Amino acid sequence: MWDYIKLIVVGAVVLLAAIAANYSRDLAYTAQALIIMLAALALFIWQVRQLGDEKPKAEGYLDGVVRAGVIATVGWGVTGFLVGDWIATILAFPSLNFEWAQGYMNFGRLRPLHTSAVIFAFGGNGLIATSFYVVQRTSAARLWGGNLAWFVFWGYNLFIVLAATGYIMGATQSKEYAEPEWLTDWWLTVVWVAYLAVFMGTLYKRKEKHIYVANWFYLSFIITIAMLHIVNNLSIPVSLFGSKSVQVFSGVQDMMTQWWYGHNAVGFFLTAGFLGMMYYFVPKQAERPVFSYKLSIIHFWALIFLYIWAGPHHLHYTALPDWAGTLGMVMSIILWMPSWGGMINGLMTLSGAWDKLRTDPVIRMMVVSIGFYGMSTFEGPMMSIRAVNSLSHYTDWTIGHVHSGALGWNGMITFGALYFLVPRLWNREGLYSLKLVSYHFWLATIGIVLYASSMWVSGIMEGLMWREVDPNGFLVNSFADTVEAKWPMNVVRAIGGFLYLTGGCVMAYNLWATVAKRPAKADVTAAVPAE
Amino acid sequence: MDTYSVMRHFADSWGMLGIFAVFIFVVFWAFRPGSRKVHDDIANIPFRNEDKPAGSKEARS
Repeated sequence: MWDYIKLIVVGAVVLLAAIAANYSRDLAYTAQALIIMLAALALFIWQVRQLGDEKPKAEGYLDGVVRAGVIATVGWGVTGFLVGDWIATILAFPSLNFEWAQGYMNFGRLRPLHTSAVIFAFGGNGLIATSFYVVQRTSAARLWGGNLAWFVFWGYNLFIVLAATGYIMGATQSKEYAEPEWLTDWWLTVVWVAYLAVFMGTLYKRKEKHIYVANWFYLSFIITIAMLHIVNNLSIPVSLFGSKSVQVFSGVQDMMTQWWYGHNAVGFFLTAGFLGMMYYFVPKQAERPVFSYKLSIIHFWALIFLYIWAGPHHLHYTALPDWAGTLGMVMSIILWMPSWGGMINGLMTLSGAWDKLRTDPVIRMMVVSIGFYGMSTFEGPMMSIRAVNSLSHYTDWTIGHVHSGALGWNGMITFGALYFLVPRLWNREGLYSLKLVSYHFWLATIGIVLYASSMWVSGIMEGLMWREVDPNGFLVNSFADTVEAKWPMNVVRAIGGFLYLTGGCVMAYNLWATVAKRPAKADVTAAVPAE
Repeated sequence: MDTYSVMRHFADSWGMLGIFAVFIFVVFWAFRPGSRKVHDDIANIPFRNEDKPAGSKEARS
């Protein structure tokens, strides 16, 4: 009965999407409606073919969706790095903004494609996949909701395709990291509620008395992103058949809401979520429990209480009242303590096992990622101080800071988790090649160092050039002067990005070869007598 | 007073105090006597149930 209702609903979606594509008012909306139609049609056909089949009994952990998530993470990761390195090259050589690609593939269109591909597609898929893996193991229970986890996976990736289509075809609402228009936003809301339900449901039926700390971090990430996403995307569509929508907030309120969203996307998506990864995969790879469980509790609550206030530091010297900027700045500086507490907790988990750094490149990757977490959470509060911000804001320094966090912390901890997961998920005897992991490690690390240091030089130079005045009080440099002066740094940044991208490709090959070429592990669970 | 001022006053007085008190309570709760045993047990959760869910007999409550 339930299957037939599902068929009717999905069939109705196909029909409605086709009608929407017909009445569409702009290109992006047409493309998105057609994508929704095709996705719903595929689901419809799959559903019909399942009709009447005996449902396989659900037992053990639901790992299929984690495997799919791992593949998506690697695929989107390499794609996102590629687009990022391409636009870095465009910045150094603007003639690569080809005439034939204007309006679709030029820098302005590709830049949000890059940020969303790495943050939401690579990072998001990584977070969803690892959270599903971790919550099952630490709750000793199968994922709640049957195939709902699969809906989350496919739904989230459909969201990414819809968002990307919008960026290329120009349907964006000009909010950083929240560029997708209302239709895509509504879809993500549906998917995210399902994600929350799967996660909470699994926690609810857990067989452990306590909720392991990694799940606290994952849960705070899921709940906070839901709240941020809904509030920052409060907008009213101009037409049900067009992409354009109008924001409910305006002026300084809209600006503050945007950076409340933007900074907490950093705080809860890129920090809390990935700390969930750290608190599970670092102890697992080091084969010892976390250094201090008490510290992890304090780390969690301090992070939650403080991060939410830090947003206004993005808006120094704007129409935002000074007291709000000061509040954001003070809260950002207090954040030093939980951030470094967390870093110490992660690093000290290795105490007594430091020798593993010599033999295990995967744990080396995790340690460097925690190191970058410490560095970028030191740099960030420093840059939030009003006086420092007057030099750093709008310069390449900010971009360097973001990338030392994103490439160093988020990228490396995800790579570590992927190297941990693939042999286990596909039941293989270890990785294909530890040597290739080492190559990846060095390519990525050197890439980040080139990227971050060139952006420091370029950013501080820009800041100093912009504020330089002659004895009569006139500005010395024009904007174009700074653009010309930072050309060498832009080239170095593109080279750093290329190294990082190459490392990503090495990882993709290594993981593929692990599945394809390594022998399967002897099945240990089969020998255990049935209960 | 207008809504903005009322909320502002609440936020920087009782609201802030309340949040701070909750945080202090959490910290003290983490350090309560007898918590070490509990925390050691929780910290070892990742090293159990790696391959399959716990049966009803192995459930820990």
